[in-house]
Amino acid sequence: MTILLEVKNLITRFHTPEGTVFAVNGVSFSLEEGGTLAVVGESGCGKSVTMMSLLRLIPIPPGEIVSGIVNYHGQDLLKLSENSMQSDIRGKEIAMVFQDPMTSLNPVLTIGRQLTEPLRVHLNYQPDQARKRAVDLLELVGIPDPSKRLGDYPHQFSGGMRQRVMIAMALACNPTMLIADEPTTALDVTIQAQIIELVKELRDKIGLSIIWITHDLGVVAGLAEHVIVMYAGYIVEEADVDTLYENPRHPYTLALMAALPHAERRRESRLKSIPGAPPNLLVEPSGCPFASRCEYVVEKCRLENPPLKALGNEHSMACWLDVKMGELQ
Amino acid sequence: MTVANPLPNIQPLKPLSLDELEAPPLTLSKMAWLKFRRHKMALVGVGILVLMILYCTLGGLVFSEKFANYNDTGIALQPPSSVHPFGTDVIGRDILARTIYGGQISLLIGLIAVMLETTLGIIIGAVSGYFGGLVDSLLMRFTEAILIVPQIFLLLVMAKFFAGNIPNLTILGREFSGSVVVIIAIIGLTSWPYLARIVRAEFLTLKESEFVLAARATGSSTFDIIFRHILPNSIAPIVVSATLGVANAITLEAYISFLGLGVRPPTATWGNMLEGAYNYIDKAYWLWLFPGLLILLIVLSINFVGDGLRDALDPRSRTI
Repeated sequence: MTILLEVKNLITRFHTPEGTVFAVNGVSFSLEEGGTLAVVGESGCGKSVTMMSLLRLIPIPPGEIVSGIVNYHGQDLLKLSENSMQSDIRGKEIAMVFQDPMTSLNPVLTIGRQLTEPLRVHLNYQPDQARKRAVDLLELVGIPDPSKRLGDYPHQFSGGMRQRVMIAMALACNPTMLIADEPTTALDVTIQAQIIELVKELRDKIGLSIIWITHDLGVVAGLAEHVIVMYAGYIVEEADVDTLYENPRHPYTLALMAALPHAERRRESRLKSIPGAPPNLLVEPSGCPFASRCEYVVEKCRLENPPLKALGNEHSMACWLDVKMGELQ
Repeated sequence: MTVANPLPNIQPLKPLSLDELEAPPLTLSKMAWLKFRRHKMALVGVGILVLMILYCTLGGLVFSEKFANYNDTGIALQPPSSVHPFGTDVIGRDILARTIYGGQISLLIGLIAVMLETTLGIIIGAVSGYFGGLVDSLLMRFTEAILIVPQIFLLLVMAKFFAGNIPNLTILGREFSGSVVVIIAIIGLTSWPYLARIVRAEFLTLKESEFVLAARATGSSTFDIIFRHILPNSIAPIVVSATLGVANAITLEAYISFLGLGVRPPTATWGNMLEGAYNYIDKAYWLWLFPGLLILLIVLSINFVGDGLRDALDPRSRTI
């Protein structure tokens, strides 16, 4: 398998009036061609900022991509000019689907205009040509009566249908890679399942490479091959999906797993949660960011941040302890 | 030209059944019309406006412009009669015919000045709001600098300054005093700051919205984002402001012309028909009554329509 995208030591910060926000603190990962990578973590863990940094969509200022390499097809996206980013990468090579389909479509433009825009911008399609492809795209994502629906406005679509439109827009120019930023979070469960099935099918048929951001571990299991777990702007654990579910090693991953509701668990038992909230990213990180919420915390955790270390079998994690062994390494 | 690969031949998703579709809601324009319709004064305003436009256009078919500019001091200052329904002015021109041709020029000045004003206001406001930072600071300080100078002073000074020797223009076979162009330009050039601030405020909010981020992620250019994505969303306050701007421009033209710095005779406007009429305020009421009434009616009706549009296009009021 060839590597499509390789991110090395990405650091993104925001300089706000309250101080510097350490949003992404040295993240490295890679995506294979045709592979699916899931990024999980609580809200505010830097998942979205990481992905938006790849496409250079974060507002600068206040944002700043301090350092890092984003190697895509042999070119560093962070060094590309804004112009070629816009005309050659965004929407053409790498497309993105956002979390909330209710607000991601322009309320005053017809679906048709929004669908044909990337075709016009990237492929110089003529209006009738673009329209024809827009119809095909809507049909592909399962919107009934597509040629008639092209003239409709977003408010005439339900949430699930809008997300299908968003996916159709993302696929318009045959991107190589799709970044999906919690695309099913705002949808109800049945629609979620349909969208995930659709994406899976598209991946298998056109060899789309996917990065799927989510905080739903159930979605991860059904879709991804490889998973990274993020916390406070760090990758704390990384493994292929089976390894992660069978053998989670980082206390944060363990806590996330424990927080999943189980169908067979007794009804009276309460759902588990992780006490506390993710750390304040305004403070320069020192020590392990998870230390304050960790059940297994030891002295060393508060002093020094553990590096990501390989456990073999493409499994790595960042913790001083090996929780299963319960001893300081 | 690159052509996208054909779509994969996969089983499309099962189309949603009909009951999963939402009932078609009202479109934006339908909703706006329902709200506008409830505004009785706005409807009256529209009625008056239509009548005024018919008056100025159809009237031009009845009287020729030559007749409107024909003077005969022998019949000067005649009160309204069956021959001259609105009477005649100080040099014996027919006031009815002059209000018709004057109305054309007044409306023309109002509309074109507003186009100029709106274009400037949109560009300056959009650039300022979208880019922010230094560009925003510079443009907004410039806008405020224009705002703090009273517009009337600015207009009078500019009118005096530019009105020098401007040749008459012939457009579409009609001759216009070159001062018409000057008046349009100076009204347009001094009226845009309010609109620019409205547009800037709209852009400041809208540029943070998700759909702008989504548009950037699909590779839309900055130009497209400003003019194709954000601007259509801020069209409501612009339309309202432009409507009221027409009334404002007509009043300003009347003001400058009344003071004798506006459009030069023989080209008639409602404003310059008032020029000199104050000398006859008690002796010849018809000199000021008819043009004055027309200005009053058009400004009032445009303001009613503007109010109606403001309510109808306000996205925050959802009552129908």
